[in-house]
Amino acid sequence: MSGVSRRGLLGGIGAAGAGAAAIGFGAGWAAQGSEPDDAGSAPTTFDLYGEHQSGIVTPVQDRLHFAAFDVLTDDRESLVALLQAWTVAAAEMMAGRPAGPDISSYNAPPDDTGEAIGLPSSRLTITFGFGRSLFDDRFGLADRLPEALVELPHFPGDNLDPARSDGDLCVQACADDPQVAVHAVRNLARIGFGTVGVRWSQLGFGKTSTTTRDEQTPRNLMGFKDGTMNLKSDEQSDLDEHVWVEPSDDRDAWLAGGSYLVARRINMTIEIWDRQTLQSQEGDIGRTKAEGAPLSGGTEHDDPDFELAGRDGPLIDPASHVALAHPTANNGVRLLRRGYNFVDGSTEIGRLDAGLFFLAYVTDPRSHYIPMQTQLASKDRLQEYLQHTGSALFAIPGGIAPGEHVGQALFA
Amino acid sequence: MSRIPAVAAALSLGVLLTACTENAAPADEGDARSITVESSADACDLSAVEAPAGKLTFSVKNTGTDVTEFYLLAPDGLRIVSEVENIGPGLTRDLTVVTPEGDYITACKPGMVGDGIRADFTATKSDEAVDVSAGDTELVDQALTNYAAYVGDQTDQLVAKTQEFVDAYKAGDDEAARAIYPVARTHWERIETVAESFGDLDPMMDAREADLAPGDTWTGWHRMEKDLWPARAEDYTPLGAKARAKFADDLMANTEELATRVPDLTYTVDQIANGSRGLLDEVATGKVTGEEEYWSRTDLYDFQANVDGAKVAFDGLKPIVEKNDAALADQITSRFEELQALLDETREGDGFVSYDELTQDQVRQLSDAVNALSEPLSKLAAAVV
Repeated sequence: MSGVSRRGLLGGIGAAGAGAAAIGFGAGWAAQGSEPDDAGSAPTTFDLYGEHQSGIVTPVQDRLHFAAFDVLTDDRESLVALLQAWTVAAAEMMAGRPAGPDISSYNAPPDDTGEAIGLPSSRLTITFGFGRSLFDDRFGLADRLPEALVELPHFPGDNLDPARSDGDLCVQACADDPQVAVHAVRNLARIGFGTVGVRWSQLGFGKTSTTTRDEQTPRNLMGFKDGTMNLKSDEQSDLDEHVWVEPSDDRDAWLAGGSYLVARRINMTIEIWDRQTLQSQEGDIGRTKAEGAPLSGGTEHDDPDFELAGRDGPLIDPASHVALAHPTANNGVRLLRRGYNFVDGSTEIGRLDAGLFFLAYVTDPRSHYIPMQTQLASKDRLQEYLQHTGSALFAIPGGIAPGEHVGQALFA
Repeated sequence: MSRIPAVAAALSLGVLLTACTENAAPADEGDARSITVESSADACDLSAVEAPAGKLTFSVKNTGTDVTEFYLLAPDGLRIVSEVENIGPGLTRDLTVVTPEGDYITACKPGMVGDGIRADFTATKSDEAVDVSAGDTELVDQALTNYAAYVGDQTDQLVAKTQEFVDAYKAGDDEAARAIYPVARTHWERIETVAESFGDLDPMMDAREADLAPGDTWTGWHRMEKDLWPARAEDYTPLGAKARAKFADDLMANTEELATRVPDLTYTVDQIANGSRGLLDEVATGKVTGEEEYWSRTDLYDFQANVDGAKVAFDGLKPIVEKNDAALADQITSRFEELQALLDETREGDGFVSYDELTQDQVRQLSDAVNALSEPLSKLAAAVV
């Protein structure tokens, strides 16, 4: 059954248009990485296996379903078995195939839940991570807890909901079709029943950062371009310096080729923001709204000049977001951001429950997130309109080799 | 203070703004009122040296390498009709100004120094009657003077009531301290946007526990609030007399420092207008949700005080808004009344019920009324400058 693609199935049941694509699909998926689509050379599928996990430097897809899980058993073997099963299912789904092989036995529920039948893989990537709480005494991992997998401190203004924070494991599913991303998390959760339970999950739409240069910088819900300074996938030496973990001892040797993922659910008081003058909004951000140019001049990708003075001090307010988040204000650190906008409906008083689900991959949160966020939380003008309501930090193991499971080095 | 004449001048020309926009100009004439300006190191190129009187938009692009400014000056070359500052290299900023028929001087000022690169400009006679009324400068001066007096008066009362509060608190008279707490804070909340402009004092006086970073010392009103109403705290250890005195004296000292600085403040009409909206923003963020007075649940006192301050600011500007945009003035006026009617339903004795006694429906109604007022209020600044 492993050769059956969802699109192949679709062709079989006669939907127009997808059948032809399925031919190339079945033949091409196992080759290294990707398959060109009909229109050009951009990949339409990504490979689970490789030096690093997918879903980090991969071009950012349009949609996200992120889930954190708690492990319900103390049995190490069950946990390892789950990671094996997740790895296999993830590889299948990323290739556009069902999560499990048996989808036709009449007297049993199908191995795959079915809502992605007929849909292309939609550039699905599935990325796994381990939270600090996994390294307690349940699984004998206490001496493998990396020093950098800290408990994040309380930042000024934090209003964290424990039910939206932390977790033993995480799964980040990104795809261009929300149904495909949700399908992935749903099927992995189903495979995990008895071993893990979902602690919290978050849907995201409208990517707020790019990892490639040829895309337009997307906008967050404040209406501003976000992530102009983001690390791009072709900046190899910067990725090595700022994203990938450099193992230093026995505790984090298993993290070679991996990273740390900071996840923050950042609510925006959107209705109040929308009432601020354009001058005030641009002053808070430090960039123009339409173009995204720094207020010191030029166009979006020109370097901000924090010294350039206007009538009443620097054109870019030192308390603006761009001034405080810029690498020059943070010991040169850069982040690989992969966040999404979110709207989880409305609150009981009719406000949007909305904001930015911030995801950043970094080499060490102690140098690459905590100092920056400490500064932003106490000085950033934008903080007036933000409230962090969820928080988690995960260690993201390195890439998976065919035949292995995610995080295998940790359990070796 | 240096900006006030400019504001006044711009204001006097903004009188018939509403009439202009209602009176749609023909398309070609509309284009004639859009003027592009290119400001380089040694030139100030306008796409036109004359335009029909009315609402003119100068779209100023900085093609040089220094920060630039653009001015529309009266024929005497001194009085600023309107201006746009802080245009970074490569950026474009629009200056919209209602311009009566007459002669003007334009000036680009690359590098922000000297007299700038000047040229004559003419607003020609047009169908759009644009009038400069006398007396607007007086309206503005009156509004500024009145608002400064209000802030000064509230500051004096804040000092007096804070003294009463800290005296009761230090004496261990918790009942009296609890009674005076929301009353004293009323004077803070009425001028909250002004008080917050002292970025060093605000966190020491009004920080909530969650605003702190690890290692910060929590001081100010809310520290003592928690001590007086510890019911929602877990394993709370009450402060001893010495600690009480420390926090109380600290608050009093900061309040007195605030009072010494307030008389030096100057205001502009757009600051007052934005401050009015800012007070409603404070209501929306902290009060309507019951987050501000987490321990005492006296949020409705703060709510009323913010609304009081916003109303005073608006009332001071009202004569100006009524001339510039009568419909906006009416809308804001009636929405203040609607919000006040809802707040009045929550009164109890000389004060207000506890936030916890509000029903979900009441919270929703208050929140909707705040939104209804805040939206037109956010347009106030543009209507008075």
